[in-house]
Amino acid sequence: MSPGTETIADPVADPVVEHVDEDRPRTVASAAPAADRVFRAVVRASGLLVLLVMGGIGAFLAYQAIPTLRVLGWSFFTEVQWRPEGGRLGIASVGLGTIQVAVVAILIAVPLALSVALYISEYAPRRLRRTLIALLDLMAAVPSVVYGLWGFYFLQPQIIYLARWLSTYLGFLPFFHVDTDVHAATWEQSKYTSSVFICGVVVAMMVLPIVGSVMREVFSHAPQGEREAALALGSTRWGMVRSVVLPFGRGGIIGGTMLGLGRALGETIAVVLIISPAFDLKFRVLERGGNTISELIALRFGESSPFQLSALLAAGLVLFLFTLVINMLAAVVVARSRSGAATEI
Amino acid sequence: MTQSSVDEMSIVDVPRRVGGRTLDDVLAVVGALLGSLALVWTAYQNLLPTSGLLGFLCCWYAVFLLMYAGVTALRHPRTVVADRVAAAVVHALAGLVGVALLLVIGYTFWRGSDALGHGNFFVSDLSGAGPLDPLNKGGVLHAVVGTLVEMAMAVAITLPLGVACAVFLNEVRGPLTRPVRTVVEAMTALPSIVAGLFIYVTVLVFAGFERSGLAASLAVGVMMLPIIARASEVVLRVVPGGLREASLALGASQWQTVWRVVLPTARPSLATALILGVARGVGETSPVLLTAGYTTYLNADPTHGPMASLPLVTFNLAKSSEAVDQSRAFGAASVLLALVLALFVIARVVAARSGNSKGGRS
Repeated sequence: MSPGTETIADPVADPVVEHVDEDRPRTVASAAPAADRVFRAVVRASGLLVLLVMGGIGAFLAYQAIPTLRVLGWSFFTEVQWRPEGGRLGIASVGLGTIQVAVVAILIAVPLALSVALYISEYAPRRLRRTLIALLDLMAAVPSVVYGLWGFYFLQPQIIYLARWLSTYLGFLPFFHVDTDVHAATWEQSKYTSSVFICGVVVAMMVLPIVGSVMREVFSHAPQGEREAALALGSTRWGMVRSVVLPFGRGGIIGGTMLGLGRALGETIAVVLIISPAFDLKFRVLERGGNTISELIALRFGESSPFQLSALLAAGLVLFLFTLVINMLAAVVVARSRSGAATEI
Repeated sequence: MTQSSVDEMSIVDVPRRVGGRTLDDVLAVVGALLGSLALVWTAYQNLLPTSGLLGFLCCWYAVFLLMYAGVTALRHPRTVVADRVAAAVVHALAGLVGVALLLVIGYTFWRGSDALGHGNFFVSDLSGAGPLDPLNKGGVLHAVVGTLVEMAMAVAITLPLGVACAVFLNEVRGPLTRPVRTVVEAMTALPSIVAGLFIYVTVLVFAGFERSGLAASLAVGVMMLPIIARASEVVLRVVPGGLREASLALGASQWQTVWRVVLPTARPSLATALILGVARGVGETSPVLLTAGYTTYLNADPTHGPMASLPLVTFNLAKSSEAVDQSRAFGAASVLLALVLALFVIARVVAARSGNSKGGRS
């Protein structure tokens, strides 16, 4: 790309070439002008600065987490309670809660996101498409505190009926069980509020546009020729989607899902607003109470002794490593599914 | 595009519309909708001991799907039945998401309208208004000012750095390109609460500064920097390589090429990416929660004293059990949402303009 590497054939010299044994390219590399050297230095410096700041955060988290891990050892990962005064600190329950919220969110968000992506790329009228894409982006831009407010004040009073229905008729499944008498004349509404399930639904609203836009992007790159071939062979629209679009977009579906999972794990504010904190190992998602790592940080950072602060940083590091691994895998999957070549003219 | 080329060549051979619906299809949908409504109304509302709107809608939809499949199966083979049912499911779920988005935005503005109706909501702070004072006292001016100051500072930090980093990754390159790109991509995964915790521990606990707008904008900046750097890099990557080579071939230096060719070409999409990054930063609550400190006073000085912002005020008021404070929370959320919507519309307008100019050029 830089001018120094180009081979330049001099057209004027062409007739002479026949008398010369070898056509040697003239070396055109010259010292970059001063402005260029300054420019490169500045740009390199800012790249380096970004590397230092960003890498510094990761290194700082890891460094700060060391004392905690040295004192607590493996019990940091297996201890259920978070009682700094008793020296019992562990992320077993919050880690489990984080995963539960994220899994509920993904289970709800992925089918909806898949439908939205398919609708926009395959079913929607062509002139509506841009507007719908803009709406999907808008949904991603709505602040999480707004989703949290909506979930707490609007969704929760409605969705507890669904939660009760699930626990009444599907309560034999352990994760739908709620520890209350489902056939009582007046049911305990408060048992069903502030649960992992409601958090999951709200977080699903937040990750849905992220998952959906990755899927839509990949679907829209499905080769037009193959689509037309499928239609020309007499397949229905769904047949075309199933045999061309979905197989082509498999990487996008998996990658988008994982990207959404990464976001769902780190979500804070909606969870703080909705869930009622409880430290216990349980798998009953419909029941009141739960906890996540990010909520733990948001609630406990203020009252912190240096030791607890270090433990919170360790918990933050664990959360970051979760999301990091998932995002990396997602990036690999998405990158493999589409051609990332630059456009050339 | 094909339409216009056909017109230009004035060929009589107009492509046949293959996606159209026949009367048969329309009647099948409408009939299944009405039939299932009647059946479910009879059974769900009148015969079975069931009630509730949500259950009614779910049952209606389930029965509709069955009826629609049955009606289609009378005249069509199995593949067509699968096609129709899949289309019905996709449309319904996509519609559900649209309704949910409308509900989120509509409900926020509806609940916020109580507070937004009072003019004082925009011109005074909350210092003189407690949770029991009526809505005609107090407002969120301090939060609006705080949000604007914090975002201006965060943008001032991250924008030049992020774009310069993208230029480094895409134009200049060097031995560090790969590690920088990897780290930037990794840091987009940084949960915002951890970014806040990092600034809290380093700036507030270790360095001993007080909670302030500056700390908050640093936290938001740490969160936004990788997002902006990555988005700008993606945008710069699609600038055609031929333009760069043409500029260099004309004897321009690399600095001139970047400044006069690459960045202007990418300007509209760069602006879109940046505005969306800012919209993301404006609404982020958790870094601000840890670093800004909550206050009810108007404070325009980012270096001293706590500084509230719209998401923080919304969050703090929403936890109150007083109805007035809840109204104020929804009011603040509406202002925040309006701000994000405005940023979003600006981004769309910029993007649309770029689309037009590109179309005109090619």
